Amino acid sequence: MRTGRLLRTSTFRRALIYMAPFGVLVVILFGFLYLGTLGLIDAQANATIDAEIRGLAEQYSSRGLSRLTEVIAERSGSKGEKGSIYLLTGPDLTPLAGNLNGWPSEAVLKDGWLSFEVERNEHGVMTSHEIRAKPFRLEGGFRLLVGHDMAERAAFQQVIAKTLALALVITIMLGVSGALYLSSKLLERVEAVAETSRTILRGDFTRRVPLAGSGDEFDHLSASLNEMLEQIEQLMTGMRAVTDSLAHDLRSPLTRLKGRIEVALRGSADAARYRETLAETIADADAILATFNALLSITEAEAGTARTSMTRLELGELARAALELYEPLAEGKGLSLRQEIEDGVAIVGHPQLLAQSVANLLDNAIKYTPAGGAVALAVRRAGERAELIVADSGPGIPAEDRERVLERFVRLDASRTSPGSGLGLSLVAAVAKLHHAELRLEDNAPGLKLTVSFDLAPPG
Amino acid sequence: MHILVIEDDAATADYLVKGLTESGYVVDHAAEGRDGLFLALSQNYDAMIVDRMLPGLDGLSIVQTLRAQHKGTPVLILSALAQVDDRVKGLRAGGDDYLTKPYAFSELLARLEAILRRGANETVVPRLKVADLEMDLLSRTVRRAGKGIDLQPREFKLLEYLMRHAGQVVTRTMLLEGVWDYHFDPQTNVIDVHVSRLRQKIDRGFDRPLLHTVRGAGYSLRAEAS
Repeated sequence: MRTGRLLRTSTFRRALIYMAPFGVLVVILFGFLYLGTLGLIDAQANATIDAEIRGLAEQYSSRGLSRLTEVIAERSGSKGEKGSIYLLTGPDLTPLAGNLNGWPSEAVLKDGWLSFEVERNEHGVMTSHEIRAKPFRLEGGFRLLVGHDMAERAAFQQVIAKTLALALVITIMLGVSGALYLSSKLLERVEAVAETSRTILRGDFTRRVPLAGSGDEFDHLSASLNEMLEQIEQLMTGMRAVTDSLAHDLRSPLTRLKGRIEVALRGSADAARYRETLAETIADADAILATFNALLSITEAEAGTARTSMTRLELGELARAALELYEPLAEGKGLSLRQEIEDGVAIVGHPQLLAQSVANLLDNAIKYTPAGGAVALAVRRAGERAELIVADSGPGIPAEDRERVLERFVRLDASRTSPGSGLGLSLVAAVAKLHHAELRLEDNAPGLKLTVSFDLAPPG
Repeated sequence: MHILVIEDDAATADYLVKGLTESGYVVDHAAEGRDGLFLALSQNYDAMIVDRMLPGLDGLSIVQTLRAQHKGTPVLILSALAQVDDRVKGLRAGGDDYLTKPYAFSELLARLEAILRRGANETVVPRLKVADLEMDLLSRTVRRAGKGIDLQPREFKLLEYLMRHAGQVVTRTMLLEGVWDYHFDPQTNVIDVHVSRLRQKIDRGFDRPLLHTVRGAGYSLRAEAS
């Protein structure tokens, strides 16, 4: 099964495709070698034959037939060169000297280069040899045939063919084994990822894809996957936390609501009292809904899906609008509301969630600052950052509690008596995180100074 | 006024039909998307209340089909999806208003009334008039009984919204959306403070108050006392 999967991998297929040109290259290389060498062998044989014919013809013309017969007999004898073929005949083609039994039929009429087969006895075995020869007419009608046994050439042809086959086999073997090796390595890495995802599917969300540590493309992919898994786990944990908090925080008001209705039903049937109970019940339900909506906004910000509605916006305009909404409230409470808003500080953000965050911050500041105090809202550019600052002269938050107040439903003892869901700052924290902004809580001496530091929008 | 309610949840539908009938509307109800669309296309309703998630055919598709057939019936979409993007989708599909579940019935009623009068509310008029209160939209001035009233820009916008919806109940959420373009509920009811400020400016010193608080619902600008 594993082999089957190996063969199906894309790497294997690609390696094979990649191997094909190498096979073709091997064939071409050997083809060149083959044709080149054969040409050389033929040329050499031709040159030797021509030289011998010239030499023998010279012997004949200078020393006569008897000398020629002598020389040919000598050369074709056991002392002569092994591969050489000689035949001297009379004009009627009767052999006079040489190591060939008769004039080959192919060469009776033809002049010029010719090839023929000759049966030769070699160590008691008759073998067929290819002969390359050239006939020559001597003066007086005598005919001379000088040739060369091309057994070497045939042997060479065989060697080349064998080598070519071997080279092809080696190329294919190397290619296939290389492809198998590559794809098995690849499959191993993929299998590791698949195995992890199967474990995660079974419910173990703490598992991560193992990294080879080489920093290669697979490590890169695994790292991204791990990041994604991390995010998913965080979201899941977050969801669980929300569910838990919801259950916790909604259970008590719901129980209270139910209790109120039960008490009303048990008492006397008095329409006025019923009306009063119903009005109180609606107030309770409204509080529950408010909590619910606040939680939904936080979830929206934390889920990150809101990023699609991010747009370039002027932080100053957004702040002024929120300030203007809260201005009468601050005035009614006898607070001075100051603004130091710089224009042209643009960020990329989610207008509604940001507006809600600024509203929550102002709401908190106004709620917790005693009459006669001051609340200030500032928007400014600080280097490469855009800062939104809400400062008040209220009781502030002790340093050790500053992290904690950002959590859901956390309300400090001092604020238990004021209305609120304990979700206002959680929303601000979630929205800040959505915008990759930094949220700082500092001592305003006295009071709280809260800074949200955003990236400036790219110019344009 | 003839209203079509397309809502699959029987309890919600009963509650809507009962509430709307008590408020004087004639109500038809469809529990399924396709039936709803059939009714909407075959009859002439004054307005429709459509749940977004329905069996058969979803609410947005119903609205899109209606608009494609050039049916301009005002539509109020009800949805459990509260995110801003979802409401944008709802309004883009051709809905006239979008209300997130759960909602107060008074809110639904106020919004239904608003979309029923949408045509009248949005006509371009140079001036608005409620009893002796007059608003000139060109010179951006407000006078009551001939006496000029000085308003901040946002107060002007708030009053304009109330005057355009004169006689109707306007909820706090509607004001936040219509005047401030905020689609969330602030923790404190800041709207009340703005309205009471406005009331100070337009009603103080006059015998007959125009800006009324409707308990459990919102506000209403009208000549006669309730």
